[in-house]
Amino acid sequence: MSEKILTKRFEIAGYLGTIEEYLATGGYQAIAKALKEHTPASLIDLVRRSGLRGRGGAGFPTGVKWGFVPKDPGLTKYLVCNADESEPGTFKDRDLITRDSHQLLEGILLASYAIGCQTAYLYMRGEFIAGAVIFEQAIKQAVAHGFLGKDILGSGFSLEVHLHRGAGAYICGEETALLESLEGKRGLPRLKPPFPAASGLYRLPTVVNNVETLCNLPHIVLRGAEWFSSIGTPKSTGTRIFSVSGHVRRPGNYELPIDVPMRELIFEHAGGMRGGRRLKAVIPGGSSVPVLTDQHLDTRMDFESLARAGSMAGSGGVIVMDESTCMVRAGEIVARFYHHESCGQCTQCREGTAWLHKTLRRIDEGRGRKADLDLLLDICDNMKGKTICPLSDAAAMPVESYLKYFGDEFEQHVVEQACPFGSRDRS
Amino acid sequence: MTEESIQQVLSRYPHRRSALLPLLHLCQEEAGYLTEEALGQLAKRLDLSPTQVAEVATFYDLFRLKPGGQREVWVCHNLSCSLLGAEQVIRRLEKELGVSAGETTPDGLFTLKRVECLAACGIAPVIQVGADYYGPVSPQDIGALVERLRKE
Repeated sequence: MSEKILTKRFEIAGYLGTIEEYLATGGYQAIAKALKEHTPASLIDLVRRSGLRGRGGAGFPTGVKWGFVPKDPGLTKYLVCNADESEPGTFKDRDLITRDSHQLLEGILLASYAIGCQTAYLYMRGEFIAGAVIFEQAIKQAVAHGFLGKDILGSGFSLEVHLHRGAGAYICGEETALLESLEGKRGLPRLKPPFPAASGLYRLPTVVNNVETLCNLPHIVLRGAEWFSSIGTPKSTGTRIFSVSGHVRRPGNYELPIDVPMRELIFEHAGGMRGGRRLKAVIPGGSSVPVLTDQHLDTRMDFESLARAGSMAGSGGVIVMDESTCMVRAGEIVARFYHHESCGQCTQCREGTAWLHKTLRRIDEGRGRKADLDLLLDICDNMKGKTICPLSDAAAMPVESYLKYFGDEFEQHVVEQACPFGSRDRS
Repeated sequence: MTEESIQQVLSRYPHRRSALLPLLHLCQEEAGYLTEEALGQLAKRLDLSPTQVAEVATFYDLFRLKPGGQREVWVCHNLSCSLLGAEQVIRRLEKELGVSAGETTPDGLFTLKRVECLAACGIAPVIQVGADYYGPVSPQDIGALVERLRKE
């Protein structure tokens, strides 16, 4: 069994995540160490050398992102923790927030110190009602213990952290939409550049980091960049929390070396397929990424390996489907989601997601036309790379991949004017 | 909403407009939904036009512009939950509550809602009511669950 890092406290019996428990298990030693031994610049360098990459979806190197923030001490800077976890199939951040919120707060402290920020916000999706209560409580405890506030541990470094609750919009997980939302507006993504590091919250330099990304920081500070980068591959380092769901025996979060083979993740850790059925398809990184098949089981889960296999590591949400799954129906559910969540700002996305949903629905309901398969590909072609944010691509890529690997199934629906799986399971 | 709670929210941000979402949440917690009056007052309080408040209140799924049930029952109908029978769960809930998804029970207790991924796919199919998650649920569990929610 490989070593758990971010989730190691989850295994302590009765661990509730209070500050006393966190302190008793080595908590807040990393920020004490960083404030004593590191300058902001050397901390950025440490994280860069660790190879840590963002765990929210894009996989951008964290230390490099921090390095883009202007060093001018007169300039106000912000750290925003993205806790808007909404990518279908992903449920790791909710665990990290509710089960060990001080680990996250310590990560926020370290990132804030590195970029020279004095006010950090945590943007939490509005549906995390318990998470919001727990996190607010953690902030209070940290303030009471002197880990937040003015002149932390006598270092001269000060930080306030505020919770900001979203209100139900997938698009706000996109960092610039999140910033708009934090400014009290609709969550409409901004054109990039400028990137948030130059012009973010209130048009000031801002770093947006995912919950899991930040939770890695205390461990990197305490155990070193070399230790961290010894886990995984040269380009994908550390562990990753894979959220496994769907037709497996033991769905759940599994923290494993980031380059764990897909087969091991599904068949050893998640217990294999339910009811002894055959595996048919795997979405390896949240519903936005291209689907893979049983031919890809020996692919490793790191960023490069999944990209080579034609998919993406995304958010680490692994959705497993067995042979009883109708891929047209699966595609329709995913398309319905993106249709619902498109912010409507760009025509290609607003119209494209609606057309994808409508066309897939008609095929699923046995009303598909011969031309629909080409129509789907044409719609996808018109959606990709043409919009302000990646939601449009995220809606198109899965559909293309479903057609690529399961095109026969789509054709069969059209020819028979019915679902061969009899899985027409709607209200 | 007390002046103190408004001030507390405002103190977190350098720009007043950022307080809009938190204050909308507070208004909704108080009245159960966002009344026209509350929206108007918020606009004045934050120096925003009524349109700037309305566009935000209508953009986000969690904000309610009409009265609903005392409690919302959220059922996820996204992929991981659907793979494990979310549609059967929804049908059973509709039968048990006597309403279709999107509607409120005649006694005003519950509003049943289909929702997108709740980030709880490890216990799919999942239902969320307030801060509580129920899952994995099967259609057979629904009767007892509704009974329990009625008593709470």
